[in-house]
Amino acid sequence: MKISHRWLGEWVDSGLDAGEIGERFTLAGLEVDSIEPVAPPLDGVVVAEILSVEPHPDADKLRVCRVAGDSEERTIVCGAPNAREGLKAPLATLGTRLPGGLKIKPARLRGVGSEGMLCSEPELGLGEDAEGLMELPADAPVGEPLVAYLGLNDSVIEVDLTPNRADCLSLRGLARELSAITGSAVKPPQIDEIAPEIQRSVEISLDSPEDCPRYVGRVIEAVDVSAVTPLWMIERLRRSGIRSLGPIVDVTNYVLLELGQPMHAFDLDRIRGGVHARRARKGDRITLLDGQEIEPDEDMLLIADEQRALAIAGVMGGEDSAVGENTRDILLESAWFNPATISGKARRLGLSTESAHRFERGVDPALQRKAVERATRLIIDIAGGRPGPVIEALASDHLPGASRVTLRLERLNRVLGADLDADSVESILERLGMEVDRLEDRFEVVAPTARRDIEIEADLIEEVARIHGYDRLPTRHPGGEIVVKAPRETLTGERSLRQQLAARGFQEVMAWSFVSLEELDRLSMGEGAQPLANPLSREMAVLRTSLLPGLLNVAGRNLRRQIPSFRLFETGHCFRQGQEAFEEAWRLGLLMTGDVRPEHFSGKPQPIDYFDLKGEVEHLLDFNAVDGETSFERAELPWLHPGQAARLLIGGVPAGWLGQLHPALAGELEFDQPVFVAEFDGRSIAARRLPEHRDSGRFPAVRRDIAIVVSDEHPAASLIESVRQSAGGLLENCVIFDEYRGEGIESGFRSLAIGLILRDVSRTLKDREIDALLETVLADLDSRFGAKLRG
Amino acid sequence: MSKPASQNLLEDALEQVARADSERTLDEVRVRFLGKKGALTAQLKELGQLPPEQRREAGQQINRAKQDLERAIAERGEVLAREHLDAKLAGETIDVTLPGRSVELGGAHPVNRALDRLLDIFQRLGFEVATGPEVEDDYYNFEALNFPPHHPARAMHDTFYLPDGRLLRTHTSPVQIRVMKEQGAPVRIVAPGRVFRSDSDQTHTPQFHQVEGLLVDRDVTFADLKGMLSDFVNAFFEDDLEMRLRPSYFPFTEPSAEVDVRWRNPDGTAGDWLEVLGCGMVHPNVLANCGVDPERYTGYAFGLGVERFAMLRYRVDDLRLFFDNDLRFLRQFR
Repeated sequence: MKISHRWLGEWVDSGLDAGEIGERFTLAGLEVDSIEPVAPPLDGVVVAEILSVEPHPDADKLRVCRVAGDSEERTIVCGAPNAREGLKAPLATLGTRLPGGLKIKPARLRGVGSEGMLCSEPELGLGEDAEGLMELPADAPVGEPLVAYLGLNDSVIEVDLTPNRADCLSLRGLARELSAITGSAVKPPQIDEIAPEIQRSVEISLDSPEDCPRYVGRVIEAVDVSAVTPLWMIERLRRSGIRSLGPIVDVTNYVLLELGQPMHAFDLDRIRGGVHARRARKGDRITLLDGQEIEPDEDMLLIADEQRALAIAGVMGGEDSAVGENTRDILLESAWFNPATISGKARRLGLSTESAHRFERGVDPALQRKAVERATRLIIDIAGGRPGPVIEALASDHLPGASRVTLRLERLNRVLGADLDADSVESILERLGMEVDRLEDRFEVVAPTARRDIEIEADLIEEVARIHGYDRLPTRHPGGEIVVKAPRETLTGERSLRQQLAARGFQEVMAWSFVSLEELDRLSMGEGAQPLANPLSREMAVLRTSLLPGLLNVAGRNLRRQIPSFRLFETGHCFRQGQEAFEEAWRLGLLMTGDVRPEHFSGKPQPIDYFDLKGEVEHLLDFNAVDGETSFERAELPWLHPGQAARLLIGGVPAGWLGQLHPALAGELEFDQPVFVAEFDGRSIAARRLPEHRDSGRFPAVRRDIAIVVSDEHPAASLIESVRQSAGGLLENCVIFDEYRGEGIESGFRSLAIGLILRDVSRTLKDREIDALLETVLADLDSRFGAKLRG
Repeated sequence: MSKPASQNLLEDALEQVARADSERTLDEVRVRFLGKKGALTAQLKELGQLPPEQRREAGQQINRAKQDLERAIAERGEVLAREHLDAKLAGETIDVTLPGRSVELGGAHPVNRALDRLLDIFQRLGFEVATGPEVEDDYYNFEALNFPPHHPARAMHDTFYLPDGRLLRTHTSPVQIRVMKEQGAPVRIVAPGRVFRSDSDQTHTPQFHQVEGLLVDRDVTFADLKGMLSDFVNAFFEDDLEMRLRPSYFPFTEPSAEVDVRWRNPDGTAGDWLEVLGCGMVHPNVLANCGVDPERYTGYAFGLGVERFAMLRYRVDDLRLFFDNDLRFLRQFR
């Protein structure tokens, strides 16, 4: 909402400049976006009259004018096509500096002296219209400074209103607000009832009273649509960002700005029979004022005559029934439409109109008659015409009434933590235009009908608080009772995971939660992917089912930026439509590529392999004492290298996967180096054991190494598991310290060297016990896996 | 009277000890004088041939010479061992200014870095972290939060919908509802998380992060909200910044406010007012929707954009950089 500071000053004489008003509005909740002067400084520009026009002796396009307006009559050479005798136009006198920087000096144009410059609107920074000289009204006083004449020492205040404050989408509303803030009185213009001069009327039917419970109209016959809108009105409209479109439309727009009532004027000759406010039906068609032809949806409200649609109610009128240059008689419309009915319709039609903007947010339901009277007065004053009686169709059951709300002083102070007294509260409410009935401990308040946002006590508390000033309310710093919340020691926080991974060289990234279905399908991860109904683009059409696509995306981007070696991680939600239910899970994804270490003078770069990734994963699991036995098994996952893919199990339950990105995919993604990736269920990783002390034992540990030859088909994890089972409680630790294939070992077999660290916490182990234990371990390995002691 | 023979021998031996330039030559000296066939050992063996009255004194002299020599050999040995070690270590000298061996440097994403800091402060203020799903339904995201149906405030949220009518949460406020419905009052939580709006331009990304806070208890006032926010803002920025509250509108709070902070220019002077968060007293309808009696309990709520705080704190001037994931950008925030 843009409004002229001077116009506002006519309603409320606050004595504040535009900047001060902006500050006060902002601190009262009407955020002022900008305050702009309506014109640049125009010192030296005056109203002038062209007394005579002669052709230039030496140039076809130039004319030599005698001009009055400066301290003496001047000769001015001018090229404007509209320069003519008797025209009033702005004159930049000698010494003036125009907004574009041009300084006016005496000049000779093709041999003729010129002492000043007659100006167009753009030359004065006043508009875009460059057809010729700016034409001023015939009664403009010659010699008067233009700034004074046009009232250009003014500013435009632009207020960015929150959707609850529809009442401030008018001068009337802003004036009331300013009055409440400053205490200066509101002086609204006098609006009288205009007595009908004719009896012509139109029958109005409220076919859908819940959508349109009030429709006020009036016929005005014999208006002169060729009349010129007065300069003051054009200027006010212009300063609010509305162009002049002829006297009738200008008046309806003016009343919209002034009172907040959107109005419409129909060409009465184009209306067949009565007017209906009804829902659209199949077969309705209308060409709107902007030229688009539509078939309105059935939830749209129409203004229609007996035969066809005339307007989309509250949004835009139709082209056919609009006031045009041949219009003689008009029907004014001033209605109240239900916000729920209007809401979203303009948007659906790709429109954004001043009218819809106000109706969607709620117009004052008591304003319609007043607006018609005001518009009638202005139209008659400007364009003449004979008014008929005011016609009103009303379904008062569906029209919202004034809100009555009780405000308890004690409650107000309890919510605000303040100590406001009853007098101050009452005064604030009254300045806001509320009717206040003050009882002992409370106020019975009736809000102005324009304040559709006042519904409950809390709304009044806010009103009092904001007019009193949030900054003047007390502040209380945290203190008092302390409630200790036990931090969960059996949960690894996201922050801790983040710091651990960062310390081990992983950089956290944040990819989009949306991916393309093609991207997921390429990774065979598209199953159950959840599409959006209104995605921003095809690339962001479905919710990610995994963090992998995002990590690969980031990796690709950085590899292309010549960063060859990095470790990435991301945590975030992934989504999938499962067999039974929709699944949303918090996941952790890892990616490693390049070398184990940054380049170093001491040795050759060592490319990252599967075991670097697995080591990081094991470290993460062990460091956080993940709750549950962790194990890895071979996996077949389409996005991973078929020979280098594993599944992580925690407590026997799958909790994620890790491995090398399938080289075919790496090739498709144009990675020319191996990439290692992993993804885990975040909750499984975050659950940790609470440590419980066990005696470490004072007795020495014994290490025995065994080397076995075993078929490749048996994974190391199974062998280790077998050793653990066989050795029982005496086995403190068990390490694989060598793997060998080749000479001396049958093809398809390998030799594994396993170190067993044995200890009894209560005594020193005897050699023969240990020998017996090893025999059991070996016997079990043999019987389960056919593993033989290496000879 | 001439010196005893042992004394002459000792002087000779000490001279040889002093001359020994390695542990090996030193050992040779020891053998020569103190070994089984050594000169001093020989003198001891010859004691028996002296007259008995001289034996005692000669024996004492020889033993003293022996002890002196042993001590000298030990001392010389230590010196030689030390010299030997020094020489060995000198050979192991490296250029200690060459770079060390390590892994790549990692780091937290700047948005999460700011988030962790935010949560740390709120946790110190007694707020517990609560989370909720990113796919929500209309009830939790709008209806329970007092957004009237068809209200323009809904349109302002630019919601992403799923085909079945569910939606991506446009704020983390639904967590308020979930927690209050589950545990009732009193409640004191902050809800961090990712939120979505179908908006993408220079100053908007379709996803961003919020922290929403809620405190409901007996006698919670607007004054408490003001005090907590001012302490929070100053804690986050480690400064003492001027703060102001401007009335605003959110369907789920009443009264509502936007919070502005008077930013400090790099030269320390007061800068512009910057909007940093929204807040208000929990709307009675919201409390009632969650089964909390608005007459018995009052509460405040606030919501802030994590990216906004990260941008201000680390002087990032383009929101979109956060989701570009250029490692050259991300590695700056260590």
